[in-house]
Amino acid sequence: MTEKAKREYKTVEHGPYDYRNDTLHPVVLKNYGKWKHHDNPRPGVLVSVAESGDVLYTVRAGTARQITVDNVRTLCDLADKHSEGYMRFTVRNNVELMTTDESRIDALIADLEQAGFPVGGTSNTVTNIHHTQGWLHCDIPATDASGVVKSMMDELMHEFRHAEMPAKVRLSTGCCAINCSGQADIAVIVKHTRPPRINHETLAKTCELPKVVARCPVAAIRPTRVDGRLSLEVVEEKCMYCGACFGACPSMEINHPEHSKIAIWVGGKNSNARTKPAIMKMVAHGLPNNPPRWPEVNKVVKDILMAYKKGGRPYERLGEWIERIGWKRFFEETGLSFDVDMIDSYRMARTTFNKSAHIRF
Amino acid sequence: MSTKDNPSNSNGKFLNPTPILDDLEKGPWPSFLTGFKKLAERTKKTMIRGVLDQLEYSYKTKMGYWKGGLVSVVGYGAGIITRYSLIQDKIPEAKEFHTMRLQPPPGLHYNTKMLRELCDIWEKHGSGIVCMHGQTGDLMLQGVPEQNVQECFDELNRKGWDLGGAGASVRTGASCVGPARCDDSCYDTLKVHYEVLKHFTGLVHRPEFPYKLKFKFAGCPNDCVNSIMRSDIAFIGTFRDAIKVDNAEVKNWVQKNGMDSLVNNVINRCPTKAITLKGEGIEIEDKDCVRCMHCINVMSKALSIGSDKGLSLLMGGKSHLKVGSMLGSMIVPFVKAETDEDIENLIELLERIIEWWDDNAFDHERLGETIERVSLKEFLKGVELEPDINMVNTPRDNPYFKAEF
Repeated sequence: MTEKAKREYKTVEHGPYDYRNDTLHPVVLKNYGKWKHHDNPRPGVLVSVAESGDVLYTVRAGTARQITVDNVRTLCDLADKHSEGYMRFTVRNNVELMTTDESRIDALIADLEQAGFPVGGTSNTVTNIHHTQGWLHCDIPATDASGVVKSMMDELMHEFRHAEMPAKVRLSTGCCAINCSGQADIAVIVKHTRPPRINHETLAKTCELPKVVARCPVAAIRPTRVDGRLSLEVVEEKCMYCGACFGACPSMEINHPEHSKIAIWVGGKNSNARTKPAIMKMVAHGLPNNPPRWPEVNKVVKDILMAYKKGGRPYERLGEWIERIGWKRFFEETGLSFDVDMIDSYRMARTTFNKSAHIRF
Repeated sequence: MSTKDNPSNSNGKFLNPTPILDDLEKGPWPSFLTGFKKLAERTKKTMIRGVLDQLEYSYKTKMGYWKGGLVSVVGYGAGIITRYSLIQDKIPEAKEFHTMRLQPPPGLHYNTKMLRELCDIWEKHGSGIVCMHGQTGDLMLQGVPEQNVQECFDELNRKGWDLGGAGASVRTGASCVGPARCDDSCYDTLKVHYEVLKHFTGLVHRPEFPYKLKFKFAGCPNDCVNSIMRSDIAFIGTFRDAIKVDNAEVKNWVQKNGMDSLVNNVINRCPTKAITLKGEGIEIEDKDCVRCMHCINVMSKALSIGSDKGLSLLMGGKSHLKVGSMLGSMIVPFVKAETDEDIENLIELLERIIEWWDDNAFDHERLGETIERVSLKEFLKGVELEPDINMVNTPRDNPYFKAEF
């Protein structure tokens, strides 16, 4: 009898942790669904006013996302001291502590800063970066995630602490070209530049061949025999180096220390405010995967941000700024160069062509 | 977890040198590395030492070294992300580094008691490394050996925690701050998230679909959880009646921010030109308003969402693989989500949609890809939804369809 079979405890399939089980700050609970308006009096501080007249101040601070039980306990100590024992996280890995006492905000900020959690990330700042797992934990990454974010945020610290951008700025990074790379005003995403390298020794033993064939978006993979062994081959003229097959089969190695490059995408937006949500567009590629600080990538991100900071009008998200000034001027103002690989050649390419006589000189 | 066999180095430290990684301890932003190193030196956990050695090796060689596998808890087929090191011969201490995905409370609201309990259980059985949070919305406990997984899970489960999804399952949900602290929330994101994920919990734990299926819950069209791109089925709050205008507050706003700001930043930025200046106040033509949220965002005190609130369902959002990034598109323009009956009806509709997708999708095909391949028309027929002009930007601009006869 195995250990597992002897187990007496019966699992309860709770689903999500029950938020009604005392997870909400008492003022939040009292005014649940009865808030009147909110404001952002200074970077890192939000104020919510309820119909009851209650006022709740929220202080937001950045975390490294990859944290430890020690970091969580430190935050718990601060929440017990300042926030009635409650805290909240944002989807961008920021932590939020709440107080009803305006006079305690400065002490709360000082304690967070002292504990290593920088306060900021609200309204028109560059907030914390949405990121993936990378070399720390993922099984298909071409680069790291936490390290890329650390190096990038080190350089953007001023923008995290000060709301000086025309509108909010969301960044994200992704370690492969297929799955988790999030949409953002600026997204940093791996782009492979060579077909997968096939390990014929292990392939048929490790992978389900039809599944790998079916995974390819351009039907570039087909069955073959190598030295009498069943295996797969890649039609290199068709392959566009997405790495989808690698996700299905570790014997189709796509990652490479030199040939896996980094691309930068801009203008993504999920909010419906003003313009409709938009998918980001690629404006730089072939940048080296250069740990531990990725200086080439960070320079491009900063150049784009500074051009936007200078030229964007109030409330204009990065993509809306580009929409107004046009892509030609975007490339001029950022110092980036447009090339033939930025012209779409995939399924919906025609939707991106300029079907008009509108041109900019 | 074993902390035996952990002799210190010749430099008197528990950890081995990691000269490349150490650069990431410099600079003002919080360093994940500093956290890991402190934790390792305090707890003397050999797994963390191995993981840092392997990460250093990744930084040196610019390659990753983890492979997946199959580890689970009794009765579940998902929730543990298995990681074995590919370089165990070099770095045996990082042999196993499995992750437990936990479903956090909707809206990511916590109390310190539950977090302290979590930390104690996790430090006892695992590495003590935590990710708050993954992009899908999980709270991830990173670094547990297979032999500790069941006991760790049982202890967590006794305290109300459950595993999240992985692979071809319904995934952990994510919701915005919602009515807990936001005046723009058009439905109770926390409640709907909780009820929907609770209902589909069997499908979270036991993957049986063509591919993954994600839900995200945003209280208003500002979509703070990025549901339109990051979920197959996005619940985006909206309202049917007019924006409420308090013209006394508009006047106060103008006094503070200036008339030019009202004209340039509010009236001119309305996407459908629904706002006109009227005396010292504004008027909004409700029939022209598309509920984009911009004016409400700018003038939170003067303008607010209407009273007839509900949500829209957008479907098909996903990242690149394999047709390119896709945004969700409008499928159900408006549905109420207030009473228990409303939520039951919503779940019934979701069941129809999921069943249709399960029947029609190819292997590894997300909902949006299936809809695109078989056509929105076939999808609507399959799930018994009526066509609505809000589903498209324009009617078709080609004549090729099968007419009824």
